[in-house]
Amino acid sequence: MSVLAPLRNTWRGLTSMRTALILLFLLALAALPGALLPQYDLNPETVARYKTEHPVIAPVLDRLGFFDVFSSVWFAAIYLLLFVSLVGCLVPRTADHLRGLRAEPVATPRNLARLPHHARATTATAPGEGVTAARARLRGWRIATRVEASGAHTVSAEKGYLREAGNLVFHFALLLLLVAFAVGKLFGYEGQVIVLANGGQFCNSGLFAYDSFKPGSAVDGTELDPFCLRVDGFTAEYEQNRQARSFSADVAYQQGAALDTGEWTGTTLRVNHPVRLDGERVYLLGHGYAPRFTVTFPDGQQRTDAIQWRTVDQSTLLSEGATKFDPPGVTDPAQRRTRQLAVTGLFAPTAFFDGALLTSIFPEPRDPAVAVDVLRGDLGNDSGRGQSIFSVDRSMVDSGRLTRVARENLRPGEDLTLDDGTTVRFDGVEQWIAIQVSHDPAQEWVLVAAVLVLAGLGLSLSVKRRRFWVRAAPGADPAADGRTVVEVGGLARTDQAGYGEEFTRLAAEVLRTVEAVAADEAPAHPPPASVAAGDGGGTPEGRDSE
Amino acid sequence: MNVDATLAGYSDWCFAGAVVVYVLALLLHGAQFAVGRQGGTRRRELVPAGAVEGSARPRVTVVPDGPHANVHPLPGPIEPSTGRTGRWGRMAVALTVLGALVHLASLVLRGLAVERVPWGNMYEFGSAICLAAVVSWLVMVRRHDVARLGVFVLLPIVLLMFVSGTLLYTQAAALTPPLRSYWIVIHVGTIFIASGMLLVAGMASVGYLLRTAHATNPARFAGIAARLPEEGVLDRLAYRVTVAAFPVFTFAIITGAVWAETAWGRYWGWDPKETVALVCWVIYACYLHARATAGWRRGAAWVNVLGFAGVIFNLFFVNLVVTGLHSYAGVG
Repeated sequence: MSVLAPLRNTWRGLTSMRTALILLFLLALAALPGALLPQYDLNPETVARYKTEHPVIAPVLDRLGFFDVFSSVWFAAIYLLLFVSLVGCLVPRTADHLRGLRAEPVATPRNLARLPHHARATTATAPGEGVTAARARLRGWRIATRVEASGAHTVSAEKGYLREAGNLVFHFALLLLLVAFAVGKLFGYEGQVIVLANGGQFCNSGLFAYDSFKPGSAVDGTELDPFCLRVDGFTAEYEQNRQARSFSADVAYQQGAALDTGEWTGTTLRVNHPVRLDGERVYLLGHGYAPRFTVTFPDGQQRTDAIQWRTVDQSTLLSEGATKFDPPGVTDPAQRRTRQLAVTGLFAPTAFFDGALLTSIFPEPRDPAVAVDVLRGDLGNDSGRGQSIFSVDRSMVDSGRLTRVARENLRPGEDLTLDDGTTVRFDGVEQWIAIQVSHDPAQEWVLVAAVLVLAGLGLSLSVKRRRFWVRAAPGADPAADGRTVVEVGGLARTDQAGYGEEFTRLAAEVLRTVEAVAADEAPAHPPPASVAAGDGGGTPEGRDSE
Repeated sequence: MNVDATLAGYSDWCFAGAVVVYVLALLLHGAQFAVGRQGGTRRRELVPAGAVEGSARPRVTVVPDGPHANVHPLPGPIEPSTGRTGRWGRMAVALTVLGALVHLASLVLRGLAVERVPWGNMYEFGSAICLAAVVSWLVMVRRHDVARLGVFVLLPIVLLMFVSGTLLYTQAAALTPPLRSYWIVIHVGTIFIASGMLLVAGMASVGYLLRTAHATNPARFAGIAARLPEEGVLDRLAYRVTVAAFPVFTFAIITGAVWAETAWGRYWGWDPKETVALVCWVIYACYLHARATAGWRRGAAWVNVLGFAGVIFNLFFVNLVVTGLHSYAGVG
């Protein structure tokens, strides 16, 4: 037993209200850096910038997990301890509540006049009949009637059990919420990919299909639910002040059996209106332009390509990028590395030239133009280094292996000619959309838990647990002229005031009912003595806190 | 969609008018406060018999009369206050009602001018919070004799109105596509209602802290605390409003998560706004637990004030300084 004692004390300490409060506070405190410091999860670039700006403190913060608060050990420790403490508190309370549901309301206190709410009257009704009448009046209350040794009949009534039920539901729902959240984090994933809105397709065949992929801890990206999405078109509408009014993409998808039959189902993908497939949701995250270039090589072979350029200015959709071409029919890698081409520069959907300088004045493709540099040489594709699809490898330019051979502004249909006779034509522009595929097998459960949280909270904060007692004592009191003395008393078991009004009304009703029993048998008596109910500040509670 | 510039202009005039009326009400409350007697005298005779043990508790106070009246729960409907200060207080409340009507007109006109809910940017949102605070305040004043707290409630409201109307002011304009959803009605609507209510609760707790600090050490806040409503009244006011606001706040966070699932592909992503909202929610959960524990009333009041500070922090700092998905405030 002595071995168990410290364990028991630890358990008691952990499940005490004080500990729970401290843990709640710690949770709030620990979450704050997650909002105030940049987080890897949300914005790795900001973290990198913060690190260069704060070279002393940043490594320390990084080691302590301050840039990844919600995956850190200490954050997990706090909420796990909190939930252990919660379980330790909930289990005995649930047992108590279930016992309380079966138990009879407690016996009537000896002196009802000492309760915060009290009223009294005398009547000609006999105690037994009076109590029966009072009982009938207390519909909806849990009731026990008793006969005391003195011959007095009593009613003990209690109401508001839903308060504790709501309280327990609220806290259990929080547990469910945490579990469902964790399941979602384990088995869910998010992936982003850019698709050209000219019939471009995306298939959820594995993580390599994505531009970026954030798997849950138990997801390796190999067994994703297969589906395919085709983007047939994209429309953006704007106000005159360049603010967007709506974005919408015409898409079609295949899932399940349709993958084999090749049947497409068309629908519209819009902001705030994801396409909900069986298990996955597809979201419209962004859009942009992909200028199309055709390169005609000196031997007459042509290559056409349109690849997404990234938006530089969100309000005008001025974009930048690099469209890269391999020379056709060159098998020797060394030779190929001298003749690769990159068309890089700016694209403006509605062009405005300030001299030769291209800017955009409207996000719609009303008057598109590009200002491009054409680079020739080694793009560095074979160097083994990863490179951005939006730019050329700077080091190749710096080392002279990639050189600029032309710089020109082009409108659709215009072309430029390089010194070796190669022409580069700006054909026009395609649009692309960025989509996100989200998968979370447990999010319906999170919703269920959230609804339960709210329902439980509403019950536990609005329902009042209160008790009501009636004692009808035989007329031994000479002052009462041998009449039955009916006393009622009330006590709110929660610290909310507000039982007073209900008690006053109920007490008057009960006393009137009791009186009416006698009135049926005998001539009318005067109404019950004035009901003196007072709300004396509710239950005794720790007022002197300091 | 066209913005009706005429209506938007009227809305701005109403906003300015509401601020002026609130300032006048604040001045009247201030006058009532500066000249008024300390609280609690009027109600002394109404202390019921059930409060006997309450009045017997030791309490050091320099208040000349009636210090024990505060065992009464929230006093019932206002009975006619007598004298000059009572009249000032009533005039202040009447002006507040007028201000609220003009304020409401400002929001309605803004909504009509832009043909959408009038809480689509920081200016409108701040204005809506203030209206929610004023309305909850008026409901409380109507139900309970707490008008003497008026200075404390109107001061932050006037400040917030001022900041909204100057620093955060945004021209009437249409919403960006991400905000075009019926969830803006539900999520942002409940957020500003809850925030307004929590402002009143927070200020009641500030009053409570001043009053109890004064009771413990009469030298502290001598000029202020004695004129506030009784500490029991303030404590219950704070509790009642918080208890009403907390489920609304919870609902607002949940609907925010539902909207986030529809708009951003996940119901919870630790966006700074989400995180700080959770922090506030946890702080209010702390308040409810502390308030339910005997002997922690003062601690609970501190927690309530902290909670409201969190709400304000979330409104300003997270929208204006930190960048996150909620940063479409129309400012900067």
